[in-house]
Amino acid sequence: MALAKMKKISVCARKRNRSKILDALQRMGVMEIETKLEEDFQLEKTDTTEARASFLKQAVVLDNALKVLDRYAPEKKGLLSGLDGGDELTQEQFNNMKSDKTAACEDAATVIKLEKEIDELKAAITRDEVRKEMLGPWLGLDLPMNFSGTKTTSVFIGTLPGAWDRAAVLSAIAAHAAKAAGEADGAAEAGAEPFPAEVEILHNANDATYVDVVCLKKDTEAVQAALRANGFARPSQIEPGIPAHTAEKIEADIQARELKITETEDKIAAYAGRREYFKVLSDYYNTKAEKYRMIADIPHTENAIFFEGWVPAKQVPAVEKVLTEQFGAVVDIEEPLPDDEVPTLLKNNKISASVESVLESYGLPKQGKVDPTFIMSIFYIIFFGMMLSDAGYGIVMVIGCGLALLKHPGMATGTKKMLQLFFWCGLSTTFWGFMYGSFFGDLIQVVAETFFGWTGGTILKPLWFEPLVQPMKLLTYCMLFGLIHLLTGLAIKGVEMLKEKDFVGFFAEVFSWFLLVIGLVLMLVPTDLFASISGQTYSIPDGLAMAAKIMAGLGALIILFMSGRSNKNWALRIALGLYDIYGITSWLSDVLSYSRLLALGLATGVIASVINMMASMVSGGILGPVIFIIIILVGHTLNIAINLLGAYVHTNRLQFVEFFGKFYEGGGRPFTAFKRISKHTQIKEDN
Amino acid sequence: MNLGMAFAILGAALAASLAGWGSAKGVGIAGQAAAGVVSEEPGLFAKVLILQLLPGTQGIYGLLVAFITLSRVGVLGGTPVDNTATGLMYLAACLPMAFVGLGSGIHQGKTSAASIGIVAKREDQFGKAMLFPAMVETYAILALLISILAITNI
Repeated sequence: MALAKMKKISVCARKRNRSKILDALQRMGVMEIETKLEEDFQLEKTDTTEARASFLKQAVVLDNALKVLDRYAPEKKGLLSGLDGGDELTQEQFNNMKSDKTAACEDAATVIKLEKEIDELKAAITRDEVRKEMLGPWLGLDLPMNFSGTKTTSVFIGTLPGAWDRAAVLSAIAAHAAKAAGEADGAAEAGAEPFPAEVEILHNANDATYVDVVCLKKDTEAVQAALRANGFARPSQIEPGIPAHTAEKIEADIQARELKITETEDKIAAYAGRREYFKVLSDYYNTKAEKYRMIADIPHTENAIFFEGWVPAKQVPAVEKVLTEQFGAVVDIEEPLPDDEVPTLLKNNKISASVESVLESYGLPKQGKVDPTFIMSIFYIIFFGMMLSDAGYGIVMVIGCGLALLKHPGMATGTKKMLQLFFWCGLSTTFWGFMYGSFFGDLIQVVAETFFGWTGGTILKPLWFEPLVQPMKLLTYCMLFGLIHLLTGLAIKGVEMLKEKDFVGFFAEVFSWFLLVIGLVLMLVPTDLFASISGQTYSIPDGLAMAAKIMAGLGALIILFMSGRSNKNWALRIALGLYDIYGITSWLSDVLSYSRLLALGLATGVIASVINMMASMVSGGILGPVIFIIIILVGHTLNIAINLLGAYVHTNRLQFVEFFGKFYEGGGRPFTAFKRISKHTQIKEDN
Repeated sequence: MNLGMAFAILGAALAASLAGWGSAKGVGIAGQAAAGVVSEEPGLFAKVLILQLLPGTQGIYGLLVAFITLSRVGVLGGTPVDNTATGLMYLAACLPMAFVGLGSGIHQGKTSAASIGIVAKREDQFGKAMLFPAMVETYAILALLISILAITNI
């Protein structure tokens, strides 16, 4: 339960070793490098922007190639393989792959180029399909779309708005021509003889009719005028050649392109064997870019480089040895000064370490403060178990998380910690399940009664008691646990204050509250009110009762006079003290908040029995047992999921709001070591 | 004809339906926000789904209260209610869960939607984002507690 001790180390080394030193540090990954040095020295910095950019670019190319490979030649993956953090490989494998980097990068570029080709082909196909669609209505036309006529005839190809048939078009032309002629001659019989023109209806769409009209050259103007008057329009886009032929050609083009796409996809898939190289080299280039960023940051003179950093105390000898023995550098090791901003690295035993991620999501403690992880982990696991509180669900969690942990040893640290946390919480859940006598609700009972005609009473007796039968009793215990949790939080605050030698503060803000809260609780316990709530009578000896009153009174007095101690004005000081005593209500609400331990525990148990009851209702007949099993499986899976979520959220809340509210500040800066970037792969160290 | 029985079942029905209504609305509000986030960042699916589900608990608490009531008044076991006063007592006992379930479900949904916004912008703040909706839920839990204690002590 502690924060890892940090030492500040300052390094001065030869400039020509710069690259090797950084390589070594990066491989060890235990040092956070700081480069804020005094500016009065004549120091320079190397500009590595260009090199870095080229490494990053290379990494991006490799990553993109990986994405393309995933699309066209997906890796076969198990359902849980997402848990695997990355493939492990030895230093030797890594070196082999590294030596092939030029070829691999070219391959990656090829893969990306091939994908681009596919994209272009797909775009061309889309364009062709649009063209084909546009040609659709014209397929009946046996002339090119822009054909305007022969020596003696004129041809009009285009669309008329609305629905038309051949006769309608003809008579419209005739009527228009007759009208025009009539205006000129004054006497003509409209429609007396058919107008000499040929009309072909090519296609009837919803809002337009596709036509071609053939007429004698001499009638060109008359027909044109007639058509125009009826809203005739030439096609907006002209495809060369006879439409039917063009369409066939386009179709052939599309097919050729589709074939080409399949071929290109196969070509990409052929690079699947390079996947490992891409992964390793992407990390390699990212790591290199990181190193070059560091090179740019580290100031140097003509022959020497200087940098400082933080190393966990445990690793200091190793770092020192490498730097001095291998590179002949000068290393200076110091304890952190009081106003140094020391980065935080948590260091805990195996069980408690699993709760670290929960703590991290709230904020890390500052160096010098207490790391609450260990204490928190105990309460976390107990409270989680009380909320989920079903032996069956607990066993499911233990087996599920245990198997996942065993089968995927290389998973990312965050996921691993989470699964470990749920593993321990599962154990606790199993424990509380048996305490409350709940195994998949009352499944054993239901099965025995429905299928085996059991009438002998409760089979799985609770080791403690059944919450639904004595909810008030459990509520009292929940609040007791809550009180212990809160007082522990206050005690941690006390420890911190003592560490900082703030004895007055400890007396006024921690000790006083202990007196007041414990005194009040001891006064409350023997009362009738408490007896009627908890259903049990407690009597305490007169001496203790007296002591309780004295404790509470003394505590209140200390708070009254001391909590406003920074104020010189006595009236204000007392007023602040009164206000702080009013803070007892927040203790009340904090303690009441632990009633969720009871409520969520009840929720799991009751819903589980509802599921069992529904299942037992349909258990008759031959199919009965099958339906029974299906309902049990589906129902309990849902119940686990929803209550697991509830237990997780509310355990976090009890830690973050109630517990941390008493003492925790957070605000620590996480320790970020200068290390290899291992997004895809982990390299095993030889030593 | 026994009015007491009717009141008891009315109580159970109110607990299940009002709390379920609250949850449905809350999960719906949060779900819209979640869908928006996933359309941009499919990788956040699991996290926003958890946030979306948070307002779903009120419905379950309502179900719980309804079930405990039904299993005590002779519908799913227990002894039938034989007078109006007892029936009204069951009705009254169900009301905290019914009303608070409705109100807190909706408001928790809104808070969840806002928290989903946090996760969309800063994925690493998931732990804190989860706390805000959990705060609202406290009152649903308190109501659940009172309802259960009242029902089991009638």
